[in-house]
Amino acid sequence: MKTWLQSIHMLLKLAVAFVVLCTPPLAQAQLRTGDNPEASEIWKKVRASLFSERPITVATGDMLVLDTPLRAEDAAIVPIAISTRLPQTESRYVEKLYLVIDNNPSPISAIFSFTPQSGRADIETRVRVDEYTFVRAIAEMSDGGLFMTTRWVKASGGCSAPPGKDQAAALASLGKMKFRVEGDVKARRPVLAQLMISHPNNSGLAMDQMTRQFTPAHFVRKINVTYAGKPVMSADLDFSISENPNLRFYFVPDGKGELAAEVLDSNNLEFKSSLSLRPAG
Amino acid sequence: MHMVIPRARSPFGRAWVSVVLNGLLSTAAALAQTTDAPLAVSEPAPGVFVHTGVIEDWLPENLGDVANLGFVVGTRCVAVIDTGGTPQLGRRLRAAVARATAVPICYVINTHAHPDHVLGNSGIAPLAGEPAVQFVASKKFNAAMSAREPFYTGALKRDFGIALAHEAVVYPTLIVEQTVPLDLGGRQLVLTAWPTAHTDNDLTVFDTQTRSLFTADLLFVEHLPVIDGNLRGWLAVMGELAKVDAALVVPGHGAVSRDWPAALTHQREYLEAVLRETRAAVKARVSLPRAVESVARDAAASWSLADRFHRRNITAAYAELEWED
Repeated sequence: MKTWLQSIHMLLKLAVAFVVLCTPPLAQAQLRTGDNPEASEIWKKVRASLFSERPITVATGDMLVLDTPLRAEDAAIVPIAISTRLPQTESRYVEKLYLVIDNNPSPISAIFSFTPQSGRADIETRVRVDEYTFVRAIAEMSDGGLFMTTRWVKASGGCSAPPGKDQAAALASLGKMKFRVEGDVKARRPVLAQLMISHPNNSGLAMDQMTRQFTPAHFVRKINVTYAGKPVMSADLDFSISENPNLRFYFVPDGKGELAAEVLDSNNLEFKSSLSLRPAG
Repeated sequence: MHMVIPRARSPFGRAWVSVVLNGLLSTAAALAQTTDAPLAVSEPAPGVFVHTGVIEDWLPENLGDVANLGFVVGTRCVAVIDTGGTPQLGRRLRAAVARATAVPICYVINTHAHPDHVLGNSGIAPLAGEPAVQFVASKKFNAAMSAREPFYTGALKRDFGIALAHEAVVYPTLIVEQTVPLDLGGRQLVLTAWPTAHTDNDLTVFDTQTRSLFTADLLFVEHLPVIDGNLRGWLAVMGELAKVDAALVVPGHGAVSRDWPAALTHQREYLEAVLRETRAAVKARVSLPRAVESVARDAAASWSLADRFHRRNITAAYAELEWED
């Protein structure tokens, strides 16, 4: 048995060790708080690579809105919605929306491209969130103007983890697609479309500890959607997008035509789906 | 003793002082724990020991002690069932085994790859010179664990302040394809790996001598069930599990029960409501974010931790059911 004096001495030594060891470095602190989006080191790098020194205006009101849950309830499936009230006309329109998740292994998660035929540059999808992180939507206008909005998302603790739930099942239905439009299809009115692609969207970052091999990266990297042959939406995607990528977006049908989606994955597998539409009016 | 690890919000200002103060307090508390006091266990059937975790999320405030753990004692050796949410809990469980019996541990069974159940592995593993222990899990455990390991050890570091090196994470080597009997000397355990349900690597343990069934997280009591596998699969597995002739049931979370298969009813009602109402929401084209806020709220109300896990369950159910038909 130690004496009480020895115990106190030990306690003090441990206390010092605790303070030294548990002092959170700045990076650790940044992971914890959503205080200063501009201070994110990763963002500074992403910003420099995508936009160099171009000014970026902080979006106000509903011109550019990013909807995310405050807490990633299921880190493998975090719904993201970007909506814009910026013009989508021939003379000035949202040409690109960038989705950046600072603390994911590959922060530039998606780049969506639009045309005046998109009608609305709105997009909904689902992403994986690896850590407490800023999520950003940046709109790039056809005249070069840039707008950004930022949200802070807490990753869940506990048993939530970004990898999927059933790795075998995810591969079994590879390439199956569901493609549909919502509501009445009227000519020259924006129509909401939903595209679902069954795909494991493997990041390539998970190692099988037994074989010491990485599960190869295999994810959807490009989606092109056209209506009557004209591009309405395309997406360059990374593995931050959840398993079974799911996109909701708009297009404006001008007369009857085919809404066609072409999907290309990182193994150069191609998947196609289309819908014949006959808009009213 | 309750240890509170500070959650530093900012390295500046008053928060900093509180980090240091809390640090001293936690260290005092931690010191009391460094002896690795044996975990409290009960013995609801002869040779069947259970440690009941608290009904909370896996958090530093509860030292990660939220999952039910157990061990079964044979004449030759002991099988441990799950190891707890931190290495320290593994050490404390080891101490509990040593206090209950002089017989050594020969098997450590991991019921599924969730942090609150298996991050104690490194703590329970034998020290140099001690008899070898075989770690056991379902055939899909290692794939699931290796994909998730960085996130689990990351959360352990970030939230608990505990560093767990990759080399210290124990991966099971005795793999259960379907069922495997384990002989402990004078009593036999039957291990069963199930199709995707709570997770894709659920494993149950049945002690034939006392007809005690460790359901792992295929059964939650009081703690809201958490879907991390397949909702329809889980309901189907519950149907099979109900056929097990069990006299005593140890759930993954919540109190031990002798009322089998009635102990499944509350969970079945909740999961069936989630299935029915999420399916209806998908059909009615209710969007995922809206469904998460509205579906099956009533069914969740009678459970602990509904605020924490119900939205997550609806998210998982929605992503599963939108591919139906």
